[in-house]
This record gives sequence, structure tokens and C-alpha cells, in this order.
Amino acid sequence: MVDAFIYDAVRTPRGRGKPDGSLHEVPTVDLAVTTLDAIRERNHLDPKLVEDVVLGNVDPVGEAGGDIARAAVLKAGFGKEVPGVQINRFCASGLDAVALAASQVMAGMKDLAIGGGVESMSRVGMGASGGAWPVDPGIAIASYFLPQGISADLIATKYGFSRDDVDAYAVESQKRAAKAWDEGRFKKSIVPVKDINGLTLLARDEHMRPSTDMQSLGQLKASFTQMGEMGGFDAVATYAHPDVEAVNHVHHAGNSSGIVDGASAVLVGSKEGGAKAGLKPRARLKAFASLGSDLALMLTGPVEVSQLVLKKAGMTTKDIDLFEINEAFSAVVLRYLQALELDPAKVNVNGGAIAMGHPLGATGGMLLGTALDELERTGKRTALITLCVAAGMGTAAIIERV
Amino acid sequence: MTTFTNFRFEVDADGIALATWDMPDRSMNVITPEVMEELSQIVEKVAGDAAIKGCVITSGKETFSGGADLNMLQGLGAQYAKLAKEKGEEEAMSFFFEESRKLSLLYRRLETCGKPFAAAVNGVCLGGAFELALSCHFRVLSDADSTRVGLPEIKVGLFPGAGGTQRVARLMQTGDALQMLFKGEQLRSLMARNMGLAHAVAPRNEIVAIAKEWIKGGGSAEAAWDNKNFKLPSNKVYSAAGMQIWPAANAIYRRETQGNYPAAYAILEAVYQGLQLPMDQALKVESRWFAKILRSKEAAAMIRTLFVSMQELNKGARRPKDAPPTNLKKIGVVGAGFMGASVAYVTANAGLDVVLIDRDVEAAEKGKAHSHKLMTDQIMKGRAKTADRDALLARIKASADYNDLSDCDLVIEAVFEDPKVKAEVIAKVEAAIRPDCIFASNTSTLPISGLAQSSKRPDEFIGIHFFSPVEKMMLVEVILGKKTGDKALAAALDYVRLIKKTPIVVNDSRGFFANRCVLAYILEGHLMLTEGVPPAMIENAGKQAGMPVGPLSLNDEVGVDLGLKILKATKAQLGEAAIIPQQEALLTRLVEQEGRLGRKNRKGFYDYPESGPKHLWPSLMDLQPKHLDAETIDMQELKARLLVTQALEAARTVEEGVITDPREADVGSILGFGFAPFTGGALSYIDFMGAKVFVELCKSLQAKHGDRFAPPKILIDMAASGGTFYGRAEARKAA
Repeated sequence: MVDAFIYDAVRTPRGRGKPDGSLHEVPTVDLAVTTLDAIRERNHLDPKLVEDVVLGNVDPVGEAGGDIARAAVLKAGFGKEVPGVQINRFCASGLDAVALAASQVMAGMKDLAIGGGVESMSRVGMGASGGAWPVDPGIAIASYFLPQGISADLIATKYGFSRDDVDAYAVESQKRAAKAWDEGRFKKSIVPVKDINGLTLLARDEHMRPSTDMQSLGQLKASFTQMGEMGGFDAVATYAHPDVEAVNHVHHAGNSSGIVDGASAVLVGSKEGGAKAGLKPRARLKAFASLGSDLALMLTGPVEVSQLVLKKAGMTTKDIDLFEINEAFSAVVLRYLQALELDPAKVNVNGGAIAMGHPLGATGGMLLGTALDELERTGKRTALITLCVAAGMGTAAIIERV
Repeated sequence: MTTFTNFRFEVDADGIALATWDMPDRSMNVITPEVMEELSQIVEKVAGDAAIKGCVITSGKETFSGGADLNMLQGLGAQYAKLAKEKGEEEAMSFFFEESRKLSLLYRRLETCGKPFAAAVNGVCLGGAFELALSCHFRVLSDADSTRVGLPEIKVGLFPGAGGTQRVARLMQTGDALQMLFKGEQLRSLMARNMGLAHAVAPRNEIVAIAKEWIKGGGSAEAAWDNKNFKLPSNKVYSAAGMQIWPAANAIYRRETQGNYPAAYAILEAVYQGLQLPMDQALKVESRWFAKILRSKEAAAMIRTLFVSMQELNKGARRPKDAPPTNLKKIGVVGAGFMGASVAYVTANAGLDVVLIDRDVEAAEKGKAHSHKLMTDQIMKGRAKTADRDALLARIKASADYNDLSDCDLVIEAVFEDPKVKAEVIAKVEAAIRPDCIFASNTSTLPISGLAQSSKRPDEFIGIHFFSPVEKMMLVEVILGKKTGDKALAAALDYVRLIKKTPIVVNDSRGFFANRCVLAYILEGHLMLTEGVPPAMIENAGKQAGMPVGPLSLNDEVGVDLGLKILKATKAQLGEAAIIPQQEALLTRLVEQEGRLGRKNRKGFYDYPESGPKHLWPSLMDLQPKHLDAETIDMQELKARLLVTQALEAARTVEEGVITDPREADVGSILGFGFAPFTGGALSYIDFMGAKVFVELCKSLQAKHGDRFAPPKILIDMAASGGTFYGRAEARKAA
């Protein structure tokens, strides 16, 4: 099998996913174009060498619908020869897009490809694409459909994380993110989003609240209490996990991932493909995996999929220098630390989505870039990137610097 | 003029037809194959006769109709089974599908025949009858107090299969429609109109005229949903509104049914699928689900127990045929404590006079005050008027003088559960009452035959066992002592009928019927706890199995100390072997060391905080000798244990002759302690599973959990012969 190398990784800053967010005026396709342009320019790349562009997007409707990847390729001027495909595995789409691009390289069918993702949550809206899973009784009931916040609350209840625990983790995420930004740890990957006149619309993640502390979080009411009771979801949670007497609602906007806009792109290729483009590999994509996990807990997939990807790579957690797990909710990370018995100092060292936001389909590519930058900055070798996924799935990848 | 047997059909000078549904030899209209045939002819007559402008359908009886004949539906099931044997599954299914949707197609034909139809409804109009009204283009309801419309099919394990789900979901917001179909409530006229289910409400003698006026005024023969501009009340299923409605509807289904009621699930599917289709296809999808649900064992079980058997028991199925009619007017209640006061209330509420006796007038008045409070609550809720309260209270005489019982027809004692106290009361009452007055004891723990030994007239001595809270619990156990005579039984059954409760007749035994099963359920919960099952899992297993509350919660309601008391009494009378030491240790620790008595002292298996909901006592974990990992516990087995242990106890009551009629065990188990209603009751649970499968299940549970799961001989015999409790009862009746 051919090795898949990572040649570059970029991301936009994350704009607040609301009408007052700095990226709200930017169409979805333009967010993706920003990252494709950056890949081309930074690497002095002949775009015609790119044999596929795979973009993750979770709500591919309206302006994000109908194969946004092909639209972005064309608008970025990569040329009519470059194809594009959009994929969707909910929150892991961005990482799966990189994995799919890499798979084609590893199969020897392509030499250079881009994987990444894009999501304008402020413009399209979370859940805009609908879908049978929560709606069709034949699927929703059998699969214990729960809104994700209630699954996160169920994880906290089942595994014993109190409101203080989840809030404390959120405070830490904010602190780490602020420090990382202050020290310029993200600058290698960040591509500012500009307007048609070249004026910068956003150059820094704008969702962060570095002043967050336990007191300020303590004032927030849990978000899913009423929905859980009135909507019947708490009963579904305890039906699926009957050892839980009642769901303890602990999550709120301050300890959950932020709703933001953004895009990511990762350039992968074979050794030959890179050489042909005159590029030097930064890391090897050693292994990747996806799997399905408990449906009602929904967001514990990272635990099992990390074990799976480690097994595929012939490694153990001890062989990993850095872990990046998407901070969908505090309890997701806390359960991950608990189940894999990890040292918190190795996990999400530069903060995560609680502080900086989670632009659904784009996040996987962003986390991979963040992990790679940090390995290079600290001179370490291996990182494991993982995301929890709606409908009870998980995706993970291991990268190794070369 | 065309003539029909079940309808009067006439056309007036304006060319408007009036079809008056009035079945001969029946007090109530019901949908039968003959009615369907004639209705079909009426529709074709109206559609085909140019001189007829439209048609009004009304009833010639006091009330409209209760809906379809459930026997007709069950008959279809039998035909299906026969065909399947003879010609194979597919042909049988195809026949069944077409037959079971005939009513739906008839109504659709009515709706699309090109002439306007209007329904003028007075009195009860339910199920298939209301679906007929819904398929009419206009509905006017009478404002009479007795008028009720609704689709209660869900209560017997069915759902509206003649267009009900589709038309309701096109008349109302989806969330409201689903709620109406799930609840199966009977709606008053104004409520129905406000919900969009009827167009007008008018005095009874005007409804036909209003319906005719509507047709005369050019009422449209096109249903709203057949118009191309029709918009669904909650927009499309896949819309922002749908994303709000459906996830919650699916979750609420789980919460309300625990996944045990296929008919409720079918409602969700029929509405979800149907709202995405044009009406004809939507009706076809509804029919597919109807055909599936009609063949479900849940529907068969629920129809038998909750409709057929309950009706039979309420009509006095067990009343001795030779006993002359009784004329109960005045009832004595001795003991004005919690139970006695409630018995006085339900008795007075039924229009009977009550003499409420206690040791002094003050105590008796206190008991009477309970009725005052209950009626005041009703007044506050708008369900009664002050005059009703005054009238009810006027029927209760509070007294300390036993001589006031002298003209009572029936006396019920509800004094302290102590044989000595009871004996004194029996003597005092018998000294005061007329020779033909029946004496009843509302004991829950003392055998009736034992108490009857204190009576000078044991043939007129009987048990009438109420359940708490008396106002709400619909079941009454009538207990026959060894010497109880037919006259006493007739009086007791007539009394229970008067207070509108459902009686089951039980032969004397410790715990009678219901409490024996309840104790088995609670015991199983206790033992699971001592095995190390997480407490929440025990409770959730109970609820998921279909019980109204978990076993620990139920124990808290009846009192943990009462459980220990019963256990000690059993041990004293029957010996060590009759009890399970782990249960004794658990209850002794809770009651005697921890002072946890249940809800009454706000400390039991649960804590009951002053504010906020109850929650399991956290230290319950410390009482468990070990803790099992929840992920390794077989939830299906927990659920099975909780139902099997009750069903086994019910089977034993049959074997011992305590229960003589399976209908009574089934109805009693659902009304008395909420035994998983979808099973049809504790014996139907076994019958529908099949005795052979049930016995095997018992044996595997016995091997793992002990001899309390040993199947009794009656079941082993049944398993060998392929018999059922109902089959056995039929055979005995025939013999």
C-alpha cells in the first residue's frame, strides 16, 4: 500500500455563527475557496495536479447543497479538470474527507488530493438538511434519537461528571485557547478571510471568551432541561440506559462547542505526487478508522474508535504524544479522558471547540492541522485526532511526523 | 323510495336526503357488514340520483354510535387464520388486507362521490362512527351534555383504521392530532369544534336542519385535502416545523408506551407516512398498518380483557342467576378512617344513602369531612356544582349509634385490621341490623372465613375489598367465605355495580388475589436489589415491563414496614421456609435500623424531599452486598422476572381455586395493580405466550433464581396439553 503524506493544512478563523458574526456575509462556497486558494498559493501548487477535492459538509442544502466541493473548485479557479465531491458523516465529515482523499492515494489511484470541509452555520443553519434519523418513527424510535445535548447530559450522568466538572473543563479550554492564540501557536495554519477588496473580514477566532470562569459559567442555566422533560427525551435516555434514574442536565452554551462558520483544507498525496509538485511532506497519515457506538450516549464513539485506530496502527495510547478530541460538549472529553485513562496535559493542549467553536463539517480538517502544528512546535512525533459523531459514530486518525 | 333495514332514507322537497341510522332490535347503532352494505347503497343512490343534492346522516337513537363491532374485526382474524392454513400466508394476507380496509374505502367513496354529505351527531359518536362523521364534508354536533366524539381505539390496542389518522392529522396541528389519537379521549361538542373536528354545535333538535341548510347553501362536496391548494396544518413533515414536532413525538411515544403498544406506534407511522402522500395513498398506508395491528396479539389481548371481559363482569357475569334482584338504598359503613370515609364517599356519590359509624360522632364527622373535601376539589375543577356537594353530604349520616344501621340493606365494616376489634364490631352490627341485611368486611389481610366465625349468620357474610385510593381504583374484590351464600354475593355484586366499579369474585385465601401478585412483584424487586442490580435499573425494568411504577416505588407507597409485618406474619404462621432470608434482612435493616417506612415518613427506598421530585435513596447502594456492572445485566431477564413472578402467582390462585374465572384474574390484574395492560392481564400473558414457552421460561428462571419460579402443576399440565386458561375455563363451563 502507498503511504499517504500530509503536505499542508490550513483553516479559516472561526466566525461567530450568528448574523452579527464576521463571516456571516461570506457565502459557504467562498469560505471553501479561501482555503483552496491558500493551499495553492502557499505551496506554489499547480492546481491541475490535484486529482480530487473532498469536502465535508453537514447541512448540504441551499447554497451548500448540490456538491459544494465542485463549486468551490471552480470558483477557486482550479480548472474544469479538477473534480470535487462532498461527503457527510456529521461532525467528523472534515476528518473523513481527509481520510477519503488519503484512501485514494493509498490505493494508488491518485497522487495528490485535498480533503477538508466547510460549514456556514450562520447562513445555512444547523439541521437545515433535515433527514429521516430524528423524524421518521421507524428510525428515530429504534435508534433512541436524542438531541445531542441530552446525550451529553446522559454521558455526564452515567459517568459521574457534575456541573462543576463540566464547567471546570470549559474554563480550561478557554484558558488554553487564549494562551495558544496569544503565543501565535495557530498562525501557521490560519488563513484570514478577506473581502473582494482585500480587506480582512476575520483573522482570529472570534467565539472565544478568555475571561470565562466558574462564576460566570455558574450563572448559565442548563440548556436541555425543559427539552428533556417536555420533549420526552429524558425518558428515552433512561430507557436506553436504565441504570440511570434521571438525567442530570449540566450542559449549556458555555460548556458546549460554539456555533461558528469556517472551512479547512488538507493537502495529501503520495511521495511521488509531492515530489512532482516540489513539496516536502510534513507528516504521514498512519491510520484512520470510523465505527458505530452506543446510540443514546451517541458521543462516546471516540473511545472505541481510538482503540480501533490504535490497533490498526499497532500502537497504544502510550505511543501517542498528543490527543485532539473535538469538544462537542465537556462531558465528551471528560469521558474520553476517563475511559482511556489519559493525562489531561496531553489532550487538547491548545483548547478546542468549547472556546473556539465547531463549524461542523470543517472541524475534522482543522483539528488535524492544529495537532500537526503543535507536533512541529514541540518537536513531538505522533498525534491522534478524533471526533464524536451524531447518530452514535466516531472517527479517528493517527498522524506521525516524518 | 329505496328501503333499508338499518337506515330510514327519505328525500325532502329541496332534494336533500336524510339517512337516519336506526338499527332494529338494538339499543345502539353499531357498524356491521350489513350496515356497511346499506351505507354503500345510500352513497351510490345519492351519487347517482340527479334529483338528490346531498345527504345528511344522523341517528334515530338516543345516541349516534359506539363504532365498529369488535366481534366483526375479530372474526376477520379467524378467517385469516383459516385461509392461511388452507391457501398460504400470502393469499390470506391479501384477503385480510382488502377486507380490513373495506370501511376505509367506503368512507373514502362517500367523501369523493361528488355529492356533499353532512353528519348531524347527537350523543356518543366514537371510533368507526366518528370516522364516518369525519369523512362527511360537514359535521354538526348537538350541544347535549351526553354528546361525545372521539377515537378511543387505542384503549383496546387498536387505532383508527378507517381514515381517522389521516383526516384528524389534516384537520389539526400534527402535535395536537397525535395527542388526540394517542389519548383516545372522548371530547365534548365545544371542545371538538374548537379543536377543528366539527363545524358547528347546536341544540339537538336543530342539528339536522343545520346540516340540511349547509347542503342547501351550496356546501362543497370536496374535502379540503382533495383541493390542490390544500396546506397541511403543520406544514410539510420535512420542514422547520416538522423538525420541531417529530423528534419529540417519537420520544414521547417511547415515554408513554415504553415501546409496548404497537397500535400507538402504528399511529405515528400512519400519520408520518400519510402526511407525505395524497389522500388515497395515505389511506392505503393507514390500512397496511391497520391490517398489521389488527392481527397483533396485543390487540387481541386488550380487546378480550379490557372490552369484552370487563363489560361482562360489569354486567354481572358472576351474579348467581337464581338470586332475586336486590334493592339497595341505604348502606352502612362502620369505621370512618381513611378507607371507611372513602367508601362512604363513593357510595353517596352513586346516589345511595350512607350511615357512617365510628366510636364517637366527632370521628364519624371527620370521616364525612373527607367527602366534603373531595367534592370541593371537584367544584374547584369545574366538575361539580355546590348543589351537588350539598346533596351528596345530605346523603351521609355521621353517627356513633349502631342503631342507625337498623334500616340498612348492606353494612360494610372498615375498622382496624385486628380480629378482636372486627369481632366486636360484627357483634354490634348484627345486633342492630335487619335480618335480611348483608354484612361485608373490607379486610385486606384477614381471611373472610375466619372473620365469619364471629358472625351469627355466616351465609350473609362476605368480603368487599376496596383498593386505595378508593375514589380512583376501579377494582373491587368480592371475597367468598366458606359459608357465604348466593344472596350475599348478589348484593355485593349489585352494590359494586351501583358504585360503577368492576367486581371480581375471589374465594377466600391469604391475600386474596391482587395482593398476592403485588407482593410477588415487590419481592422480586427486593431480591434484585440484594443481588446487586443498580436500584434505578430495577425500577426502570418494572416500568419497561409495562407496570405503572417500579417495585421499590410501589413498596414505598404501601409502606416498607407493612411489607416487613406481612413477612413476619408469614414466617410465624408458615415457618422459615416460607420466606426468603435476604428479603427479611433487607426490610429489617430498612425499617428497624434506618427507620425508612416509605412515603409516609418521606423515607423509604426513595427520599421524598419537601420540594422537588422523589429520588432513590443514595445509600441504598451501601445495603447491597455487591454491585453488578449495569452493562452486563440482561434487561430482558429483569423485565421477564417482574412479570413472570406475578403471572405465576396468578396461576397458583387458579390452581388453588381462589380464582375460578380467568377473566377475573385478567381484569383484576390490570385494574387492581396495573399489570402490563398490553398483555391482556396476568393469565393472558401466559396464554398468549403459550404455556409451553412460559413453563420453559419459568424453568430457566428457576435454575438461576430459585424455586419461587417453579411452575405449578396446572401450568406443566397445560404445557403438555397445549391448553390455555381460557380454554380450560370454557371446557369446565361446558362440562
